[in-house]
Amino acid sequence: MMELNNVKKAYGSTKALTGVTLSLETGKIIGIAGENGSGKSTLLKSIAGVSPIDRGSILIDGIPVSRKHAERIAYLPDTDMFYSYFTVEQLLAYYNSQFADFNETKAKEVLEFMEVPLSSKMKNLSKGMRGRAKMAATLGRESRYYLMDEPFSGLDPMVRSDLVKGLIRFTDLERQTLVLSTHEIREVEVLLDELVLLKAGKVLAHRQLDEIRDETGMDTVEWMTKVTKAGATV
Amino acid sequence: MGLDFDKDKPIYQQLIDLLSGDIIRGHRKPGDKLPSVREFAIEVGVNANTVQRVYKEMEAMELTETRRGQGSFITENEDRLNLLRDSKKVDLVKSFIANVEAYGFSKDEIVELVRREIQ
Repeated sequence: MMELNNVKKAYGSTKALTGVTLSLETGKIIGIAGENGSGKSTLLKSIAGVSPIDRGSILIDGIPVSRKHAERIAYLPDTDMFYSYFTVEQLLAYYNSQFADFNETKAKEVLEFMEVPLSSKMKNLSKGMRGRAKMAATLGRESRYYLMDEPFSGLDPMVRSDLVKGLIRFTDLERQTLVLSTHEIREVEVLLDELVLLKAGKVLAHRQLDEIRDETGMDTVEWMTKVTKAGATV
Repeated sequence: MGLDFDKDKPIYQQLIDLLSGDIIRGHRKPGDKLPSVREFAIEVGVNANTVQRVYKEMEAMELTETRRGQGSFITENEDRLNLLRDSKKVDLVKSFIANVEAYGFSKDEIVELVRREIQ
């Protein structure tokens, strides 16, 4: 379980998170949505423990998040964090050296499923292939929590659909939880249990997708647009 | 694989409709075992929790039975299956009538046409 209580974070005078209180259950796939600058990336970095928060608290399974505990979480940043001269195979070796929970066999299985060649250099891969390789490295970790920052961003629909399939196949919700931020809500709806909508560094709404469709009769994107607009006047 | 879903109806509901349809058409027979939650999730391309809910609801609807340690099976209760077929028939005809009425066609003219087309 992840519990965030009044989390605040600013970069200089720019407020990124202005008081996020949120409770996320385990065994779910949770989407984080919101306009650019709403705080999605900062929220994920804070939960992953790679960026310290100014105020509030974040507990994961009851233990406060810190850089030291970043181990517990498999975090996929939206930037390329790899040495570009690495081959895909070297990338896996690097992950293996860094993370005790890394399972090379599983990572290779994911790569094979996504048809990424092991011998290619990261810098020579297309953006879509690089996206697949990054996801495979992340899913290779047997973590209780996966945090993925915009894993579909800038990728074409076919690649996105492959990544969605990979996420369904290679996560086990009986013991794992996946939190991902995305703009492509429409394409990942099949994947999500819940959606957290951010605006101006705060949680505007946190709902189950089935509930949204059941109760409002709206599809998720329609609902999001409406809630975001209504939230603007608050 | 992976399915296309309507965007304004809960996905679990659409999957229940899909499986019910399979049963009515005879693609899945009384006593057949359903795939495991995980297998079905991968097959249709949705989150495993959604499939879990589908199986739970279908059991509550008495369309399936869970046998401990073996998985979910389609019910062999004939009465229940007939009820499923009947309610599907009624749904189809009701929605047909609603569509036709929305265009302002008269009932007599439609009944007449249905008779002719069916022959």
